[in-house]
Amino acid sequence: MANISSPVSEPHAEPSVLARALKEAFFAGLVSLGLFCLFVGVETYQNINNELVWRMRWGLLAVFVGVAAVGRFLNVAFIRPALDKRKLAKAKSGILDVSEDKGFFHRHFLKIALIALLIYPPVSVMLRGVQGSLLLVDNFGIQILIYVMLAWGLNIVVGLAGLLDLGYVAFYAVGAYSYALLSTHFGLSFWVLLPLAGIFAALWGIILGFPVLRLRGDYLAIVTLAFGEIIRLVLINWTEVTKGTFGVSGIAKASIFGIWSFDVGSPSNFAKSFGLPMSSAYYKIFLFYVILFLCMLTAYVTIRLRRMPIGRAWEALREDEIACRSLGINTVTTKLTAFATGAMFGGFAGSFFAARQGFVSPESFVFIESAVILAIVVLGGMGSLTGIAIAAVVMVGGTELLREMNFLKAIFGPDFTPELYRMLIFGLAMVVVMLFKPRGFVGSRAPSAFLHTQKNVSGSFTKEGHG
Amino acid sequence: MVTGTATTMSKDPILKVEHLSMRFGGLMAINDFSFEATRGEITALIGPNGAGKTTVFNCITGFYKPTMGMITMRQKGGKEFLLERLPDFEITKRAKVARTFQNIRLFSGLTVLENLLVAQHNALMRASGYTILGLFGFPAYKKASLASIELAKYWLDKASLTDRADDPAGDLPYGAQRRLEIARAMCTQPELLCLDEPAAGLNPRESLALNTLLRDIRTDTGTSILLIEHDMSVVMEISDHVVVLEYGQKISDGNPQFVQNDPKVIAAYLGVEDDEVDEVIAEVEQVAATVGHGTGSTGERP
Repeated sequence: MANISSPVSEPHAEPSVLARALKEAFFAGLVSLGLFCLFVGVETYQNINNELVWRMRWGLLAVFVGVAAVGRFLNVAFIRPALDKRKLAKAKSGILDVSEDKGFFHRHFLKIALIALLIYPPVSVMLRGVQGSLLLVDNFGIQILIYVMLAWGLNIVVGLAGLLDLGYVAFYAVGAYSYALLSTHFGLSFWVLLPLAGIFAALWGIILGFPVLRLRGDYLAIVTLAFGEIIRLVLINWTEVTKGTFGVSGIAKASIFGIWSFDVGSPSNFAKSFGLPMSSAYYKIFLFYVILFLCMLTAYVTIRLRRMPIGRAWEALREDEIACRSLGINTVTTKLTAFATGAMFGGFAGSFFAARQGFVSPESFVFIESAVILAIVVLGGMGSLTGIAIAAVVMVGGTELLREMNFLKAIFGPDFTPELYRMLIFGLAMVVVMLFKPRGFVGSRAPSAFLHTQKNVSGSFTKEGHG
Repeated sequence: MVTGTATTMSKDPILKVEHLSMRFGGLMAINDFSFEATRGEITALIGPNGAGKTTVFNCITGFYKPTMGMITMRQKGGKEFLLERLPDFEITKRAKVARTFQNIRLFSGLTVLENLLVAQHNALMRASGYTILGLFGFPAYKKASLASIELAKYWLDKASLTDRADDPAGDLPYGAQRRLEIARAMCTQPELLCLDEPAAGLNPRESLALNTLLRDIRTDTGTSILLIEHDMSVVMEISDHVVVLEYGQKISDGNPQFVQNDPKVIAAYLGVEDDEVDEVIAEVEQVAATVGHGTGSTGERP
């Protein structure tokens, strides 16, 4: 590769980098061959005589080795020099990268996001047709927004008040079962039961809050975890009411304020009233706007509460509980209101979930759901609504996207099911994000009041709370 | 002989501590300790390390429940509170006693202004109709929140922190954090302000500024101050009344000049063998007699 005739100064670097990259790629390939030759290359299976035999999977092994070698080559030859060059240019210019004037997109991010969400269902109908929009609106839109709402609700407890709650899904379950049971037994409508479910969940939040008031940190986390399991086990075992693991099915759909309904047999069916072809997509589009409204309500209340004395007391509680008490703040009621408010939004989301699925069972409220919601809050940046929304899109949207990635079968073979790697990728993503952004996507917090200029508080000053 | 002084001085006591004892297991941290703080005065509580000063503070502000004794807080209107019976947050909320901490406890992730607004929690809660009315934007809350910013501005100015109002509290230099903690305690509008070593870690210039701030607090707002301090330049300069504590017991009580010359205090601070204490007392009394001041070892306030 070395070109002797070329001038010594500038082009000398280029071939040596490429040579080095080739060399390192070769070694990376060699190492991965050694590593994967037994792990991936050898497959054992039972033949027709029930004997255990093995065969080599040369193709798959080649893919693994190739990915490692090419990845290493690209990294050494192109990615790293480019990063170094950028860093050098930045250092040379001598200007710190904290300029105040952000780009148009950055400044109007919230407005753009809201408009994009509002036109999302019509656009997806235009792109994929009424029936085809189901996937986009339901699997992506509604699914992500439910998690956004849950994470925003949990954010009040974990992000603002600093109380680590590992059993948040319990309130989600309370909301879902409140709607499911009250609507099947008493025939109450969605719009009556939505606030009721929120109130029930808030009550459970207070019930949970009382015994754990004295606990902090790890101890609080364990008790809330246990509380989440208690609710789930009650749902499983109290079969007369909840029908146990069979779950409650045939839950009534939500209607458009009782004017149009989405039941197929109903005379005021939405599609019939407007002379449209029958499709479940209209219901999903309607639900999309309902959950969007609920999310906006959660965000609005959170933003308002942060500027109220109670919101400031929550954040002060996260920073230093003893100092709070020395300032005359009743930490008992402050913690209880945080639990209750967070639980209330969980309850809203739960009753929405029941109306969307038409079926609830204890299986939807397992610990992993709490963990995912908490992971979204932590990844997004505790306390930051925007960061949490982004984290929910990445995490939930990402896992939904995995289901659609059928082209991966072409690489890894027809047995490869991408969604099985959901948790692996979820965990990997968390590790990577926490390494590069230890305070989450949005680490800074916006102060709730200012005298001269509003300056965001860097994440290095805020505390995570002690429980 | 020392305890007799407590009854001789009682112009208008704001805080009366009587027979206070605090026991941690086998350790008697405070043993039958009584003193009074007079309204509108700066009372200093001094003593060697480990004498139990902070324990006394924690008993007064409700962070510890004393094993024995009575702590009476008398407000301007004559309303009395037994502090040992109130939970800690009510001592600030109702009895109007505010405190600072030896190791600064600021809300480091909140801005300086927010720290002062959190301190006005109870007043703002009432104005916001316990959040509900405020959530719907009732004008009463808007007015109260403007008033709270005005009060914060006043104390920012007093603590000379106005230009740092929008910075996170954790970003302030040490001396400014001390001043902010005092300003934050004052935002609860207390009648008695308890300061736990406010001058610890301050340089001489900052100590001087602290003296001015404390004097201002006393004269402008009429707030009485109780402080623990090791820095004698602060104690002797600003306090009207000094109480000395050693091994959980009161050894001296009087004005700064008296305490400064009290042989027991000198013995406690300079360290004298137990059997030599009487010797030192006799010596000092002799010197005092020859000069012509008949002050005994009991503290008489001039």
